[in-house]
Amino acid sequence: MTAPVKTPGKKTRKSGQESLVKRLTRQQLFIPLAALVLLVLFNLIADPSFFAVSIKENSLGNPVLSGNIISVLDNASELVILSIGMTLVTASSGGQDISVGAAMAIAGSVILRLVCGGQVNADTMHMNLFLALFIAIVVSMLFGAFNGTLVAYFKIQPMVATLILYTAGRSIAAWINNNELPIMNDLSFKYAGTFLPGIPIPTPVFITIFMIALFWLVLKFTNLGLYTQSVGINASSARLNGLNPQRVKLLTYMILGACVAVAGFIRVSRSGSINYSRIAENIEMDAILAVALGGNALSGGKFNIYGSVLGAYVIQFLTTTLYKYDVPSTALPAYKAVVVILLVVLSAPVVREKLSRLKKAPAKAAKEVS
Amino acid sequence: MPKGIAVDKQGRLKDRVAMSDTNLLLTITIVVFFLLYLSAILFLGGGFTKGQTFLNILNNNASLIVLACGMSVVMITGGIDISVGAVTCLVCMVCAVNLERQGGNIFTVILIGLGIGLAFGLVQGFLVAHLGIQPFIVSLAGMFFAKGMTTIVSKEPIRVTNEAFLAVKDTRVNVPGLGSVNKLGQYVPAYVEVGVIVALVVVVLLFCLLRWSKLGRGFYAVGGNNQSANMLGINVRRTKFLAHVLCGLLAGLGGILYFLHVGSGDVANGAGDEMNAIASSIIGGTLLTGGVGNVVGSFFGVLSLNTIKRIVSSLGFDEAWWSNITVAAMLCLFLVIQSVVLLRKSKK
Repeated sequence: MTAPVKTPGKKTRKSGQESLVKRLTRQQLFIPLAALVLLVLFNLIADPSFFAVSIKENSLGNPVLSGNIISVLDNASELVILSIGMTLVTASSGGQDISVGAAMAIAGSVILRLVCGGQVNADTMHMNLFLALFIAIVVSMLFGAFNGTLVAYFKIQPMVATLILYTAGRSIAAWINNNELPIMNDLSFKYAGTFLPGIPIPTPVFITIFMIALFWLVLKFTNLGLYTQSVGINASSARLNGLNPQRVKLLTYMILGACVAVAGFIRVSRSGSINYSRIAENIEMDAILAVALGGNALSGGKFNIYGSVLGAYVIQFLTTTLYKYDVPSTALPAYKAVVVILLVVLSAPVVREKLSRLKKAPAKAAKEVS
Repeated sequence: MPKGIAVDKQGRLKDRVAMSDTNLLLTITIVVFFLLYLSAILFLGGGFTKGQTFLNILNNNASLIVLACGMSVVMITGGIDISVGAVTCLVCMVCAVNLERQGGNIFTVILIGLGIGLAFGLVQGFLVAHLGIQPFIVSLAGMFFAKGMTTIVSKEPIRVTNEAFLAVKDTRVNVPGLGSVNKLGQYVPAYVEVGVIVALVVVVLLFCLLRWSKLGRGFYAVGGNNQSANMLGINVRRTKFLAHVLCGLLAGLGGILYFLHVGSGDVANGAGDEMNAIASSIIGGTLLTGGVGNVVGSFFGVLSLNTIKRIVSSLGFDEAWWSNITVAAMLCLFLVIQSVVLLRKSKK
């Protein structure tokens, strides 16, 4: 049995008379796409060399692709994976999980602890990497279940419930490794975060594509999407229709937990080490922004995963663009905030209504004259 | 359907007027705080028996008290403001630059602090109330903006050497009756800093505002139910707007108090204070869903939070991560208590 998963974007073509502009602006993906086009245009005009992709040798002497576009695709990986899970959580519970950054620290810490076998400076892997990743996913899902239980069964607002793990997460991560900073020197550990030998494209890009494909399949062949939406739109009517809203909510939090583990795995693989207080700092904010940018209502209900994915890439695109113009990384948030506010204001219903009225007014006047 | 609990059958509760959610949660908070402090005195003794230990909790957290009060007001209307910590940091930095490089004095510092807070409050309030954007996103952007601006103003920490300012900073107000006798047999009076008095005044003023003014009751009405508040003739947009303006203003004031306590501008100032403020408000019995809460509760929330931190560090778990874990555990405990209490109440 498969249930059709409605994408909200398709609904807009009700009458053929609506102008193209109006139809476009009503699309859910309009905002992230417009932002992306604007950013691309800005970079094209300011400096076309932004898009140059070249082949360089990395530190190991392998030829790899390098360039701003590649770095956007590479660095956005964790954010994209998180934003997929965050979209589901947002849709089902109408709130956001602010503990993902801290949970990433936990997942990364677990992987390093297992792989290093408790040593501070390990040269060989003490455990199969996939087994370590699997254990990290299980641990992460348990933490997700903790969040989910508080939200679903104790009816605590998601942001508050996840505040607990947000406060404690990095400390738990430090505790797992006895407050030491393990370093993994085995090169094969870094394959997942950098490059596989002989392949010029960064591995995180493949992992991201795999995750997106996985969720595409899950949403296509299971009822997850439908159930999540119905619980998010109206939990009590979903219950009357035979769903168990609590279980659906719990499930989405556990799915986010799995996403967090994969993202944390990529992040520790990049450097082979971990810094508990700095790893994935503020990534929860970026993930929530990606969901909002993708046109998903933060109050839950209908969702579009691809919007969030696009939103995540837009955010990383913006970050990379700002870096290119020598904006110091500490001042970055200020510029990001301005862009975010502009985008959100433009997409606010009140503003949209006013804008469309402005467009209508001259048309009406023209009609009256004729 | 589960019928009433045993107490009901005995008829004990029947004649009493049920407590409102706000008062119930407030009572829980205050009781827990006193139990906490009492057990600290009984089992740990030492520093906890001295009045100064208690007053130091106040001294160190005057700004957090003000921030938590502002946060409670916004949370009562059903919103949230996570920019307060970053605004605190920005205010500290700008004030330090003003004092050290532009020859400012204590009055310009106050003006700047309140001005920055007011500006953040106005913009965020407008975006939330009049454009209908979610408060989380708006204040998230506000937080990013304030953080970025702080480093644009100055990356290096600035120590203040202005004498008039330092004089105010070091002013100590003695509290009678709480002093102790030191090893030499001299009487050492207990003191609080100026910031604590300002913070206490803010708590009292806000308590009165929320309790008796039309605006204050409006906050509760809007947070409880938007639509019915609207039907009662309350201007929902204006009320929400004013709540955010008030919170912004208090964030500015919190920044001044923080600056007065540490006496320097630093990028790390007030880091994580937004979460501390939210945690204090929650421990104090304010619900994020709106309509329930109290600034006195938030005051006790701040005290409980820091008492726990202090107990943990005096138990010998010195690492910062232990204090984080206990704070989280305490938050968890309070959330579950609140949730269970309110769920049971709604079932009755």
